Amino acid sequence: MISDGIEDEEKWLAEGIAGIQHNAFYMHRALDSNNLREALKYSSQLLSELRTSRLSPHKYYDLYMRAFDELRRLEMFFKDEDKHGCSVVDLYELVQHAGNILPRLYLLCTVGSVYIKSKEAPAKDVLKDLVEMCRGVQHPLRGLFLRSYLAQVSRDKLPDIGSEYEGDGDTVNDAVEFVLQNFAEMNKLWVRMQHQGPIMVKDKLEKERNELRDLVGKNLHVLSQIEGVDLEMYKDTVLPRVLEQVVNCKDELAQYYLMDCIIQVFPDEYHLQTLEILLGACPQLQPTVDVKTVLSQLMERLSNYAASSPEVLPEFLQVEAFTKLSSAIGKVIAAQVDMPIVGAITLYVSLLTFTLRVHPDRLDYVDQVLGACVKKLSGKAKLEDSKATKQVVALLSAPLEKYSDIVTALTLSNYPRVMDHLDNGTNKVMAMVIIQSIMKNNTRVSTAEKVEVLFELIKGLIKDLDGTPMDELDEEDFKEEQNSVARLIHMLYNDDPEEMLKIICTVRKHIMTGGSTRLPFTIPPLVFSALKLVRRLQGQDGDVAGEEDPATPKKIFQLLNQTIESLSSIPFPELALRLYLQCAEAANDCDIEPVAYEFFTQAFVLYEEEVADSKAQVTAIHLIIGTLQKMNVFGVENRDTLTHKATGYSAKLLKKPDQCRAVYACSHLFWVDDQDGIKDGERVLLCLKRSLRIANAAQQMANVTRGSSGPVTLFVEILNKYLYFFEKGNPQITSAAIQGLIELIRTEMQNDTSTTDPASDAFFASTLRYIEFQKQKGGAMGEKYDPIKV
Amino acid sequence: NYIIGAFKPACNISITFSDGKTRKQVPLKKENGQTAMVPLFQSQENIAGKISIEPVQGKKVEHNGIKIELLGQIEMYFDRGNFYDFTSLVRELDVPGEIYERKTYPFEFSTVEMPYETYNGVNVRLRYVLKVTISRGYAGSIVEYQDFMVRNYTPPPSINTSIKMEVGIEDCLHIEFEYNKSKYHLKDVIIGKIYFLLVRIKIKNMDLEIRRRESTGSGANTHVETETLAKFELMDGAPVRGESIPIRLFLSPYELTPTHRNINNKFSVKYYLNLVLVDEEDRRYFKQQEVTIYRLADTS
Repeated sequence: MISDGIEDEEKWLAEGIAGIQHNAFYMHRALDSNNLREALKYSSQLLSELRTSRLSPHKYYDLYMRAFDELRRLEMFFKDEDKHGCSVVDLYELVQHAGNILPRLYLLCTVGSVYIKSKEAPAKDVLKDLVEMCRGVQHPLRGLFLRSYLAQVSRDKLPDIGSEYEGDGDTVNDAVEFVLQNFAEMNKLWVRMQHQGPIMVKDKLEKERNELRDLVGKNLHVLSQIEGVDLEMYKDTVLPRVLEQVVNCKDELAQYYLMDCIIQVFPDEYHLQTLEILLGACPQLQPTVDVKTVLSQLMERLSNYAASSPEVLPEFLQVEAFTKLSSAIGKVIAAQVDMPIVGAITLYVSLLTFTLRVHPDRLDYVDQVLGACVKKLSGKAKLEDSKATKQVVALLSAPLEKYSDIVTALTLSNYPRVMDHLDNGTNKVMAMVIIQSIMKNNTRVSTAEKVEVLFELIKGLIKDLDGTPMDELDEEDFKEEQNSVARLIHMLYNDDPEEMLKIICTVRKHIMTGGSTRLPFTIPPLVFSALKLVRRLQGQDGDVAGEEDPATPKKIFQLLNQTIESLSSIPFPELALRLYLQCAEAANDCDIEPVAYEFFTQAFVLYEEEVADSKAQVTAIHLIIGTLQKMNVFGVENRDTLTHKATGYSAKLLKKPDQCRAVYACSHLFWVDDQDGIKDGERVLLCLKRSLRIANAAQQMANVTRGSSGPVTLFVEILNKYLYFFEKGNPQITSAAIQGLIELIRTEMQNDTSTTDPASDAFFASTLRYIEFQKQKGGAMGEKYDPIKV
Repeated sequence: NYIIGAFKPACNISITFSDGKTRKQVPLKKENGQTAMVPLFQSQENIAGKISIEPVQGKKVEHNGIKIELLGQIEMYFDRGNFYDFTSLVRELDVPGEIYERKTYPFEFSTVEMPYETYNGVNVRLRYVLKVTISRGYAGSIVEYQDFMVRNYTPPPSINTSIKMEVGIEDCLHIEFEYNKSKYHLKDVIIGKIYFLLVRIKIKNMDLEIRRRESTGSGANTHVETETLAKFELMDGAPVRGESIPIRLFLSPYELTPTHRNINNKFSVKYYLNLVLVDEEDRRYFKQQEVTIYRLADTS
């Protein structure tokens, strides 16, 4: 059926074309022989082909164009009065004798064009007559093309300013009036098209109708090209009249297209100055019209305009562009109850973009937009629609991009409220965007208040929101998120210690809600940030001493203590331990013994109670030893307790080699190579001897269990420790002892059962070489080494 | 009579008008279908000229007198051959005698009353003719005719109201139309508009027709003949409520005559404007309005 229809149409078109060609042939003959009567007869017959109702707009256009070409020739003939001998006035009457209206009006328009050109009558009269007479064609398709023809032939004959047809009572008003009228009539016809034909082919009709839209829109283009249409005329006449037509036609397709057309064809400054009128029409459009796109286009144009030259910005202020747009959007949203939420948000995004570009300094505007958006979203819990979500993300990202300074966004009170409407996943994404923005721009967030807001914004990352499906979390994503938060914490900074403390407290308050999975990521940066502050305070200690200053290191340490404690309660003891040690060190630097002691105690408690893994123990004990070695704040008693503990734990490690190494490391606890560091040679020696014993035991154990003794590495290591203290001048470490140790190693190495290990052999060899080198170097050290025989 | 004359013309009779060279000639359709140019007169004019009688070579024409008549005749086609003379004027040109050679007689009918115009209709004809009769006793009279045309001019009417009317079919179609005048001259233009108040039918197009109604006879013998002289498309396609369609119809291309009302109780010619709307099922809706057509003197 359908293919038949198309074939039929092809056939009809072919017939129509043939008809035109046939009559055109005779018309040309008549034109060549200057026979007016015949020319009119055949041109009229030719035009009768356009009376068909059987063609689709597309095919009809084809036919029309062919007729159009012929009419051009006829017009040339009409112009030449010598040829046909008929005055243009008579000609104007003569063509009206035609019985059929369509050919009659085509001919009338053609002669009318010549008539205007001849200037025998005022252009406005002819134009008015033509546009009135064309009312006779009420068939939408034929009428549209006829009026399109009229628009075409009259286009260069409008009495525009500066045109040769202006003057003698012909003013630009007449030109505008003419085009407006033709436009209105064309639009009516166009809108009416949809009511033609049966319902079942409605879609097809709409598609066909859409193809014709440019015929209507062309009138607006013509209007925009009329020189004489200045702002005043545009405002008082053109725009109201066009809008009246648009609104009254009550047709979705037409309204959308024409609004878009208006926005595109007229200059920006006109739009700016007539915003109120233009926007006033928007809520009056049909509820199904895609107003959001229309408004978005408008705002896009205006923002481009604003961006194009800064001089125009005052105009925007003067006309209160923002207020007008904002209220218009509100009205549109209120008017179109069925508009999906995504539509409304898209509008707000456009408005926001506009605001950011035109009024970058008006944060209150931005906030206002967000507020309006919140209002729209309120009542709905979370957005389900993914498109809407996308738009919200766009909405929220826009200020970030513009200001490249999150601090600005933080002052927007509605910003977090908008975020609340995002689903959890998107909320996180948005939070990441915010953090990335901060990172990228290296923004310092410098007050507790802002931090509070910021953390409110990114709370999706900070804690479990209600209903987060935990199992969906991708571990890698999670890590990345948390690492970002960690990085963010470092961006929070204020030179004023008090404020900084407040910041830290705020951060702490938030991250403590994070739960066991997040704390390991978030606590360390917080601790280090706090320690940084401690160190700063320590520098200023003298200046602020005695004052009732809340930001004292003590206070911070208390805070830290609590913080780290929470980490140990969840099973991250190693991390907690490290942090305790860090704090202890800081306390040491601040010269606060009890605090340092407390931290150490905590560290030890953790070691005892929580660190069970032997490897972890080794690492932990070495950390403890290392830290403890650095401490100088402790009194003898405290120090003894701690060192005793440390050595004790060292000797209780599971593996012998670990024991050995830990013990000889402990030796450093008693010999601090500082000006007034502790120098207890005896206990150093004790440690070393103890480690030697352990090494021996280890060797024997190896013999028993594996039938071969292990490598001599441990011995060589101990030898190196001996050498170190020997050089540092520990009186308890004698050359004889060293000599003995060397011999011991040699014996071990020659032992049949010993396994040779090239690494330890080389280690030993280079140690010996070092001794030799020291001996040869001479001087005090050389002499000291002299007794040692290698 | 003609046949005899043609068969054996005893003499040639020619009728010439004294202002024949300057008088306007107009085409007149004759019974045989041909058109001939004839002089144009109007009422109250003097009709003068000469009759010239020229016997055929070497013959003489004996007669019982020569006369010229001016006749205004109405001829009904269904009653063919019967003329009704509403005007008859006679001038005796010569007393009985003989004519041997060419002889001319001047004649004159002064300020002749010719109230009716020449008319050629479907069933009726009104004509003016000059008839020259050479009476002969036994051989039959010799007769010669000369047609001429009469047109009477009317001044523009002092009262010429527009025709305005609202018509419709309930809940279906309601229109208001307006013609700018009720009396139009032959070269006039009908200006007007049709305003659609209600449209519930799918109209395909709308035409304005000019119809001529010629009625002849009277009483039971009345014959009415209606012709559509013009069919002028006013609108293409279906209008919607509130549309106003302009009318501009030039009358000059159509062969109209003035309206004739009750010409000598024999016939009438009336004109009507018929507004016709055709819907998509080709149903016709129409409204007919009489208009008066009159002849305005040519200003040229």
